[in-house]
Amino acid sequence: MMDPALAQTLMLSRMQFAANISFHILFPTITIALGWMLFYFKVRHDLSGHPVWLRIYRFWVKVFALSFALGVVSGITMSFQFGTNWPGFMQTVGNIAGPLLGYEVLTAFFMEATFLGIMLFGMNRVPNWVHTTSTALVAIGTTLSAFWILVLNSWMHTPTGYELIDGVAHVTSWKEVIFNPSMPYRLSHMLLASGLTASFLVAGISAYRLLKGDTKAAPRYALATAVFVASLLMPIQALVGDLHGLNTLEHQPQKIAAIEAVWETEAGAPLVLFAWPDEQSRENRYELGVPYLASLILTHKVNGEIIGLNAFEHHPPVKPLFFGFRLMVGLGLLMMAASWLSTFYILRRHQIPVWLLRVLTGMTFSGWLASLAGWYVTEIGRQPWLVTGVLKTADAVTSVAGTQVGVSLALYLALYAFLLIAYIQTLFYLARKSIRVAEYDDTETTKPGLRFLMGQAS
Amino acid sequence: MSQYLPEVFLMLMGFSILLYAILDGYDLGVGMIMPQNNEAHRDTMIASIGPFWDANETWLVLAVGILLIAFPMAHGLVFEALYFPTFLLLLGLILRGVSFDFRAKAKDQHKGRWDLLFRLGSWLAAVMQGYMLGRYVTGFDSGFAAHLFAVLSALCVSAAYAYIGGAWLVMKTTGLVQQRAAFWARRAGWLAALGMLTISVVNPLISADVAARWLTFPAVFLLVPIPLMCLVLLVAVDRYLAHVPTRDDIGCWFPFVAVAFLFVLNFFGLAYSYFPDVVPGLLSARDAASSTASLTVIFYGVAVVLPFILLYTAFAYRVFWGKTQKLSYY
Ligand code: HDD
Ligand code: HEM
Ligand code: HEM
Repeated sequence: MMDPALAQTLMLSRMQFAANISFHILFPTITIALGWMLFYFKVRHDLSGHPVWLRIYRFWVKVFALSFALGVVSGITMSFQFGTNWPGFMQTVGNIAGPLLGYEVLTAFFMEATFLGIMLFGMNRVPNWVHTTSTALVAIGTTLSAFWILVLNSWMHTPTGYELIDGVAHVTSWKEVIFNPSMPYRLSHMLLASGLTASFLVAGISAYRLLKGDTKAAPRYALATAVFVASLLMPIQALVGDLHGLNTLEHQPQKIAAIEAVWETEAGAPLVLFAWPDEQSRENRYELGVPYLASLILTHKVNGEIIGLNAFEHHPPVKPLFFGFRLMVGLGLLMMAASWLSTFYILRRHQIPVWLLRVLTGMTFSGWLASLAGWYVTEIGRQPWLVTGVLKTADAVTSVAGTQVGVSLALYLALYAFLLIAYIQTLFYLARKSIRVAEYDDTETTKPGLRFLMGQAS
Repeated sequence: MSQYLPEVFLMLMGFSILLYAILDGYDLGVGMIMPQNNEAHRDTMIASIGPFWDANETWLVLAVGILLIAFPMAHGLVFEALYFPTFLLLLGLILRGVSFDFRAKAKDQHKGRWDLLFRLGSWLAAVMQGYMLGRYVTGFDSGFAAHLFAVLSALCVSAAYAYIGGAWLVMKTTGLVQQRAAFWARRAGWLAALGMLTISVVNPLISADVAARWLTFPAVFLLVPIPLMCLVLLVAVDRYLAHVPTRDDIGCWFPFVAVAFLFVLNFFGLAYSYFPDVVPGLLSARDAASSTASLTVIFYGVAVVLPFILLYTAFAYRVFWGKTQKLSYY
């Protein structure tokens, strides 16, 4: 059994890690895709010379700068955490994690940070093409950094290409380390999640501006762009998510069993829509399911066999996985409905009804919720392992006194709550402030192709 | 070649820390000497560092990264020993970093409060870096003298940051902001000089190793130029600052370049005292290093990418060359 003092440090360190990474990931999920959207706005402006695109760019670049700053400072915390709380991690798998993290710093962080300065403040100091290129480089930088960190994270789930010598992992093939079995799914699922999060942010804030009586063209253009993107990405996300699940079934079957709350191995397992999984009595209460559907989805056969939780010696906690997964998929379906309906109204009715604008405003941060839910499913589903089959979370923890970790955790939580409130308030404040800005003189510019964009119908 | 990889990475880490101290040093210094009662001055001061701070801070990420990647044993040792100071440092960096953006975007009546947090964050980060350096240099010795030494180091580093921050502003601004910066830089310079002197005296007293390296014949004669050059630079900068504003702003770059050079000299002093230990007196680079294979992989990356990083960093400084202009997103 573990020494109680260490167990306390472990518990607190896990909570602290979860708090820090959860706070951090909120901002990358926005900046990764918003960077590309800004690039799109900028290119549209360069090509057409239409002032509306520059308007949109200038508004969203502010949101980007704010999100980026929060992403950077919380990311710095992350890179210290491995040493402060998880020294065992680098000591065991440092030969793999080290180069991956190193390449992230070298290829991504410097590039995005340097060109950010030019992107934000250099518009009048450099030729226009340099500015547009800087915008692209920032977007490439954030995406590259997502690539490296997700390679590492996927490797921790499905490690390949290494051998253990005296308990320390050594690389045998970098190709296998980087292209480990779950990497393509995780990377694409995360990039799509970022696209959806940014789209709903843009759509939500733009809808809020319309609701508050903004009559300018900019929020309409931004809203239309965002819901079009979301309605395209969401079906792809569902497909990729499905493939991701199949991949997980192959490599981490206990995770899928927990997600689906399947206790006994069974053929033709039902898809449980709702239940209260009870780990004591090892059964589901209040179960509501669709017969055969789980087997059909996961094995693509009506009578496919799904291995139950009871067949595993160690399995992750069931409730967080079960509910986390349903939260993510539920939000995904909601996103699909909201984006498709909005697209329909824009294309066919040339206006969006007030109730739908309200729904979009309410869903401004739905991407955050779905992404966090997904990450919790993935990461809790890996427990008790930190690196599947190689290193247990409990063996990586620091020997720092629990009280120190406790105090730092409490202060981090207070700080994060404060910053999060400030962030959200500031976004809506920026939106309200932009309503007061006068419309540019657009008598010269060409008429838009979509009637929604002119806004006379609503 | 490959048997020297641990030392190569130690030098790289040192290079990264030195660049961080100079670059984010001036950012933090500017934050530390911001006036509470003059918003226009604060705007100019922050505008002078706005386009650079993020990239500057990245050198810290690289330094910690190298420690983490190349010397995982040392990384664990250092940050377990410095758990709480590290936390406070991060707190400071977070407050400083977010205030940059919030001050410009939040409601006007909140701007003063964000500026206060900006200043507070800059102070906290500077003081903690100095304190951590002091603890680190004594190999996390837990005695009273070692803690006192760390406090001294905290003072000295904060003063040095305010010094270089002031020198940066002398270069990048004009008028009252520049004069005020010169005033503070001068005072911070005196304090930093006092700190450097004390540390140079105390360090060989508490560490026999350091004493042996510096105070033996003939090393002492080869090393004498270092303190001498420091002295010359300190006096020259002081004389310049006393005459700000100079006619036509001539040589406004001089204090910054000179103070940066002072940082380099001090850094070499420290490096000479402790090389090739990653944790002074406790762990050498060689004993703490990761496997040669992974170090080689990163080494190639560094060799290819670092020149590009330096190149586009130079480009960014070129773009924002000259006196600071008002920053705006519009
Ligand atoms: C899927 C994306 C993703 C994930 C899972 C993580 N990060 Fe991150 N990180 C980014 C995507 C990102 C980014 C998009 O590149 C950021 C966010 C905003 C930004 O400025 O860059 C960033 C910033 C960022 C920074 C500041 C970089 C700078 O100075 O510019 C550091 C040090 C880290 N991260 C470190 C980490 C660590 C150690 C993580 C895991 C344990 C981690 N991040 C998870
Ligand atoms: C970005 C989204 C991420 C989120 C929201 C997230 C969330 C979590 C959560 C909730 C846990 C705790 C599980 C438990 O203890 O029951 C955890 C564990 C862990 N994850 Fe992640 N994670 C993310 C990404 C990553 C990445 C990219 C890495 C490493 C490269 C990583 C490394 C770890 C480590 C070291 C642990 C063990 C510490 C612990 O159990 O708390 N995570 N993560
Ligand atoms: C509706 C269809 C969706 C399906 C079928 C699906 C499926 C999955 C599965 C099976 C996992 C677990 C991965 C593992 O086993 O480790 C996962 C993780 C995740 N999901 Fe989803 N998902 C869907 C929608 C969404 C949406 C809408 C978002 C966010 C906008 C999202 C964000 C995430 C994230 C961030 C993770 C964790 C990172 C990763 O492992 O890639 N998902 N998803």
